[in-house]
Amino acid sequence: MAQPVFIAGAGVISAIGNTTAQNLLSLERAETGIAAIKYLDTEHRDEFPVGEVKLSNEELAELSGFKPAISRTAMLSLIAAREALVDAGISNFAGLRSGFISANTVGGMDKTEDFFREFLPDNTKGRLRKVLNHECCAVTNLVADKLGIRHYVSTISTACSSSANAIMYGARLIKNNMLDVVIAGGTDALTRFTLNGFNTLMILDKQPCQPFDANRRGLNLGEGAGYVVLVSERIALSIKKELYCTLSGCHNANDAYHQTASSPEGTGSLLAMKGALQKAGLQPSDIGYINLHGTGTQNNDSSEGAAIAALFAEHYPKMSSTKAFTGHTLGASGGIEAVFSALAIQRGLVYPNLRFETSMEGLPFAPETRFSKQPGLKHVLSNSFGFGGNCSSLIFSKL
Amino acid sequence: MYIRAASNISPQNTFGNQLSLTELVEYTGDKLTCIEPDYKSLIDPKLIRRMSRIIKMGVASGMDCLQQAGVPVPDAIITGTAYGCLEDTNTFLSKMVQQNEEALAPTAFIQSTHNTISAQIALLLQCHNYNNTFVNGGASFENALLDAMMLLYDGEAGSVLVGGIDEITTNSHAILKRMGLYRRQPISNFELLNDPGKGTMAGEGSAFFLLSREVSGNDWAKIDGVSSFYKPRNRAEIQQHINTFLLTQHVDINEIDLLITGNNGDLKNDAIYEHLQMYDFADKPIISYKALCGEYPTSSAFALWLAAHEIKNGVCSFVSDSNQIPVKKILIYNHYQNIHHSLILLSAC
Amino acid sequence: MADLKEQIIEQLNLQDVKPEDIGDDQALFGDGLGLDSIDALELIVLLQQKYKVKLSNAEDGPRIFRSVRTIAEFIEGSKIPNA
Repeated sequence: MAQPVFIAGAGVISAIGNTTAQNLLSLERAETGIAAIKYLDTEHRDEFPVGEVKLSNEELAELSGFKPAISRTAMLSLIAAREALVDAGISNFAGLRSGFISANTVGGMDKTEDFFREFLPDNTKGRLRKVLNHECCAVTNLVADKLGIRHYVSTISTACSSSANAIMYGARLIKNNMLDVVIAGGTDALTRFTLNGFNTLMILDKQPCQPFDANRRGLNLGEGAGYVVLVSERIALSIKKELYCTLSGCHNANDAYHQTASSPEGTGSLLAMKGALQKAGLQPSDIGYINLHGTGTQNNDSSEGAAIAALFAEHYPKMSSTKAFTGHTLGASGGIEAVFSALAIQRGLVYPNLRFETSMEGLPFAPETRFSKQPGLKHVLSNSFGFGGNCSSLIFSKL
Repeated sequence: MYIRAASNISPQNTFGNQLSLTELVEYTGDKLTCIEPDYKSLIDPKLIRRMSRIIKMGVASGMDCLQQAGVPVPDAIITGTAYGCLEDTNTFLSKMVQQNEEALAPTAFIQSTHNTISAQIALLLQCHNYNNTFVNGGASFENALLDAMMLLYDGEAGSVLVGGIDEITTNSHAILKRMGLYRRQPISNFELLNDPGKGTMAGEGSAFFLLSREVSGNDWAKIDGVSSFYKPRNRAEIQQHINTFLLTQHVDINEIDLLITGNNGDLKNDAIYEHLQMYDFADKPIISYKALCGEYPTSSAFALWLAAHEIKNGVCSFVSDSNQIPVKKILIYNHYQNIHHSLILLSAC
Repeated sequence: MADLKEQIIEQLNLQDVKPEDIGDDQALFGDGLGLDSIDALELIVLLQQKYKVKLSNAEDGPRIFRSVRTIAEFIEGSKIPNA
């Protein structure tokens, strides 16, 4: 990137904490957020463990300031985005061209699926209020309005790479001198729609997942929101508090292999990682830690593993999937993991890949099993790969 | 940024770029629905079986656009859609409710994700390049255009396929009708703007463009600039945005030959345009394009197609021969529910 | 098996394919009829809905869905004999 983009703030809410500090503590203590379904009203309640945020809609309403009737997706988003803004120390947008780029895949589906129960048998029934904020952008707009950001507001949805692409788009707007400050990331709430949808693909694990393990059985769904505050160099110079890192490289590629499955060689993954390295002006050996997409499915992990084996041959960095902590948070995963990656660079941390036991056959590397301090960590790579072959990789670098 | 080619499936006979004054299609009721081509001649039949209507529309217009442009694989594929794949979402959601979360089939779920159209085109072309989808309501298409412009400007792409697409489904129409968006009494799209009232007519469509950094000599038009703004506080602010846009484009109002606006027949909606039409654009010929395609969040893609089409022809299709004016500069101004406003300036190459 | 073929065609939306076009022993996946992993999942749903047979292990799929005959045999074999 010709013009660097800086990370000035971060905010996250997930199964392992309602704030960045709480998330970090859980990561350090190797305390997973995967548990039996507590809040989602579903027939599959006792079947699949998930990474739910440990707050009811009423509690989230109180924390966010939204009414409980507002979509859970929006509430999670506001909590994390606000934390990021406060963290960056930007309370007044006067004179700043500011943007809010938020991604999600479910929008207000948590309310829509309730609405449909009454609407289907009789289309004059069902409270319209429930579908008022169904669209993905409605969730973004609700939050933008609360944050007071009007200059540029946008919503992206590319399945599991959504919020990584939001961060990429935000960075591009800054590089092109269209915006000074961008809060970018994403959010997704757990819904019956996604739980049942993923169940039809038979890729849900009935036990807590084991990413990158030879005996992995599938993924656990999760929910949450994660945002970073991106600023231009000019703004970075004026911020008094310590910046996290730079976003030194990012790349978006497409696997173009199958609607839901990844290619065995991980073509899209390889292109995304390679492209990000190129843009950052880095060699594979410069990467100190990879935050894997690592969902725990047979397909993703072998595909991602193959791509890493090819690209990092003999210079395998430390790596782990934090989805063993949070579950797969879909549209929010890129954003949540960007926050984890920014923290990793700033504080020199490497997170463990929980519940890892046996190396995958044919892969000459294995993920980290312990949380560790790595003061020399200079560059962290974060992967987000999704349905539709959408592959995105972000690189965060020490200041 | 040059429009090398464009393809549009809409409620008018636009596919194949035939549109002329004598062929306009009339709709009476509360919606305009697309005139669809024979998909089997455009998409491999083995792949069609899984595609719902909106995916077929998107893929067909995307592929047709690439064919016209003579570009087999673009450097990027970017789509804007507000509602995404509604029919598939509806199918899966309905089955989930009716069958009480049991014995559900995967296809509708897989096809329901908003990025399916961009992804399907990439899959068909084996295109490993940049792929993105904006789901930003009435600015989805404009955001996609801006993303494309930045990629072209940065040199990251030499050609980008950009599209705007949304569909009407039975259930979505019923819900939006209950919300008061559409006319209660049946009306003709030919009368919609002459007979303002409460509500508009629903529309749908899929318009794709192949945008290029380099001029080719065969381009439809040049996109000079795109601007979108969110929830303006008052008329003065809208005015300011428009003035600023023209200023940064170094264009005076007098240089604009034709205005294309998003009036949709709803009194409250159109009040915003009225002010501008009375004062700023008083003597300009205006096409209110939603009489042709109906109202939907990504309708500005239709407007762009129309504008590019007029510039390509060099004359205004909707004006009789005796009143012809050369069309070299067009300004499109549209807003969707006063949430997202957008401006697009085009000129002849 | 003729019924089964019709149901397969309907479930997988195989337009332009008639039951007589599918051989009893014809390979369904790969080069045969060209079905893929999503179709396999659809067939699992078909078995559950029409024949009340549950396939809980997706890995058994390739073996059971090899041809129309193997599917029919699996369905027969899954029927609980009357006491």
